[in-house]
Amino acid sequence: MGVDKPSQNLVVHDEEEGSERILEGSILLTKLEAIINWGRKYSFFLYPFVTACCGMEFMSVAGPRFDLDRFGAALPRFTPRQADLMMVVGTISHKQAPILVKVYNQMTEPKWVMAFGACATSGGFYDNYATVQGIDTLIHVDIYIPGCPPRPEMVIDGLLKLQQKVVKEKWADWPRGEALVKRS
Amino acid sequence: MELSLSLKKLKEKFSDSIIDMHAFRGDDTAIVKKEDILKINKFLRDDEELLYNFMIDLTAVDYLGREPRFEVVYHLYSLKYNRRLRIKARIPESDCTIDSCVSVWIAADWFEREAYDLYGVIFTGHPNLKRILMYQGFEGHPLRKDYPVKGRQPLIGPKN
Repeated sequence: MGVDKPSQNLVVHDEEEGSERILEGSILLTKLEAIINWGRKYSFFLYPFVTACCGMEFMSVAGPRFDLDRFGAALPRFTPRQADLMMVVGTISHKQAPILVKVYNQMTEPKWVMAFGACATSGGFYDNYATVQGIDTLIHVDIYIPGCPPRPEMVIDGLLKLQQKVVKEKWADWPRGEALVKRS
Repeated sequence: MELSLSLKKLKEKFSDSIIDMHAFRGDDTAIVKKEDILKINKFLRDDEELLYNFMIDLTAVDYLGREPRFEVVYHLYSLKYNRRLRIKARIPESDCTIDSCVSVWIAADWFEREAYDLYGVIFTGHPNLKRILMYQGFEGHPLRKDYPVKGRQPLIGPKN
């Protein structure tokens, strides 16, 4: 498996016992749920839903200096059908809300959503006729990152928190189903 | 105070159409009757000594409580002579229309759609006068001063 230091969730049998001894530690016993969650948390395929100035900060955190690739979340997919982490980066206007919901519904499960920055989280300072007051009024959100825009360190912290969340997930958590609001 | 060449020519040619003009710190401004806006703009573009061939900006202003209530503002620039000019046309709420200037400057197309979308000024003769920023089905014009501050019309989702 190439696992050097199994985390606490990966249950490894004592190597002194039974058949494992013959195989000299080349096998690893664990729960399927745990190993799949472990694989998921280190292989997010991003869908960058970038609408505003936070996009610059997204480019920074995805680029080589801060390097999301270190956490396995480096591969932006520009089709939602191949992605499992939607990063909503920037202000969502009411005109755009149906598009966001459509893209969310096109993603295959399991899927996670990161609200990146103040606008995606709550509408930010745009409390006006044009702006959605937080994307959680439309779709399920897993992790909120405050900041206008957030520092790359905050994004990395958010990603690590999301990884901790993914590790604890159960089979029964999926599927989540469609977005909270129906498209008219 | 001596008028600049642009204002002088305007005054000579359209003395009946000019309501007021001033040049605050070199910013030439003419306030004109809305009925003559097309004529005036065409003259400003084509006159050999003016050649305002670049329409920088077109927008509207809502002076709620004043009559006439609205004002459409044109910012013009002459690439050849490096001169700027501001034209304002006042529009009453009861007859909220003005002639479209798309035939003079093609760039006016989206500006006029924006002014229509957000202020509700009708540009007669515009080839495709529909909303450009807000969505179809949005009621009212959100930058009018009497649009309710809490007026929300989401396409989907709660009203916040």
